[in-house]
Amino acid sequence: MDKLIRLEDAVNLVSDGDTVMIGGFLAVGTPERLIDALIAKGTKDLTLICNDTGFVDRGVGKMVVAKMFKKIYASHVGTNKETGRQMLEGETEVVLVPQGTLIEQIRAGGFGLGGVLTKTGLGTEVEKGKQVVEIDGEKFLLEKPMRANVALLFAEKADVRGNLTFHGATRNFNTYMGAAADISIVEAGKVVQLGEMCPDEVVVPGVFVDFVVDGSEL
Amino acid sequence: MDKQQTQEFIARRVALELQDGDLVNLGIGLPTLVANYVPEGRDVLFQSENGFIGVGPAPTEEQIDPCIANAGAMPVTIVPGGSFFDSAVSFGIIRGGHVDVTVLGALQVAENGDIANYMIPGKMVPGMGGAMDLLNGAKKVIVAMEHTAKGNPKLLKQCTLPLTAVNAVDLIITEMGVIEVTPEGFVLIEQNPDYTLDEIKAATGAPLIISAALKQMA
Repeated sequence: MDKLIRLEDAVNLVSDGDTVMIGGFLAVGTPERLIDALIAKGTKDLTLICNDTGFVDRGVGKMVVAKMFKKIYASHVGTNKETGRQMLEGETEVVLVPQGTLIEQIRAGGFGLGGVLTKTGLGTEVEKGKQVVEIDGEKFLLEKPMRANVALLFAEKADVRGNLTFHGATRNFNTYMGAAADISIVEAGKVVQLGEMCPDEVVVPGVFVDFVVDGSEL
Repeated sequence: MDKQQTQEFIARRVALELQDGDLVNLGIGLPTLVANYVPEGRDVLFQSENGFIGVGPAPTEEQIDPCIANAGAMPVTIVPGGSFFDSAVSFGIIRGGHVDVTVLGALQVAENGDIANYMIPGKMVPGMGGAMDLLNGAKKVIVAMEHTAKGNPKLLKQCTLPLTAVNAVDLIITEMGVIEVTPEGFVLIEQNPDYTLDEIKAATGAPLIISAALKQMA
């Protein structure tokens, strides 16, 4: 099944009010063209789940500047002054989540798990409102699964079935978000035909990918 | 010493703590400098939590690859034998106890090893990024920082800022000396001879035990 989709049709899969997961780490491995197209479309009231909020002119940060989010879950927002301003002035709700916890919550959301137990955050503000579970005498925080309506991801290369490969440090959150979203859209740097990707090199199997936008044509 | 010299002095001393075969994660800012001073002949690998082991030196103009950046978004290289992975693996490495040493900066450290380094409520709220996971998972936690902030002690009986982790810090290295965090409290084990013991005690906001084996700071 061919999963190729045009950019303009891809962004129409995101609706106002949706929760979106967006791959990338400080704008490395971010689907920049999907982001630009969403900004052009003017989608609003989104909830973001992303490692960080990038920079004002790069990555998911451009969407922050365009005021597209009502709520943001991220591990770090310090590289984007606009996120800080919106947070301190109460325009956007920001929930800070430890990075290793965030990726595990996403993994749990996509992999059918009821949550994860971690020591990260014990004794800190992260613990507030959460269940502490004792296993064999050791305390852990229960962190619940996260899911999204849509995941927007980046890969170096995709085949038409949505099998993905990566280059450098671009895997980050891109490898698990597709599993945790109802619809996952990948912006691929390059698209190859069926049989042109060796099964051995596939990092993310196409089962987690619904649509592929060919970034080389943009 | 000016600020840059102070930071280099601290980084140089931290680097002596790194042992042959160690896997090390360096925080952004001062800790990043530590990589420049690894003693010759010690095989130390650096992890970057955005997804690789084997962080190498900064690239030349021609070597720059936008997909190979460190966790502070600075372009880096990857050394022979390095590996790329996603955030779930990266934090499995961190939480799972596979990182030997992490070096981080701090706003405050308490005599029981509590550390605050991710936010000043209402002023600066960048987020914890991977710090909470590193503090919980790394085998050894070294804080590398200037001894005071604008003359105010950062080594305290108790932290007043929101904690990043409890009982996490093992060693503190400042321009004044090397301090171990022990069940008895802060123990000065090395002294920078540019400062008297009285000066170091006055700059420390908690009792400072002077080790019987006090050495000159290397």
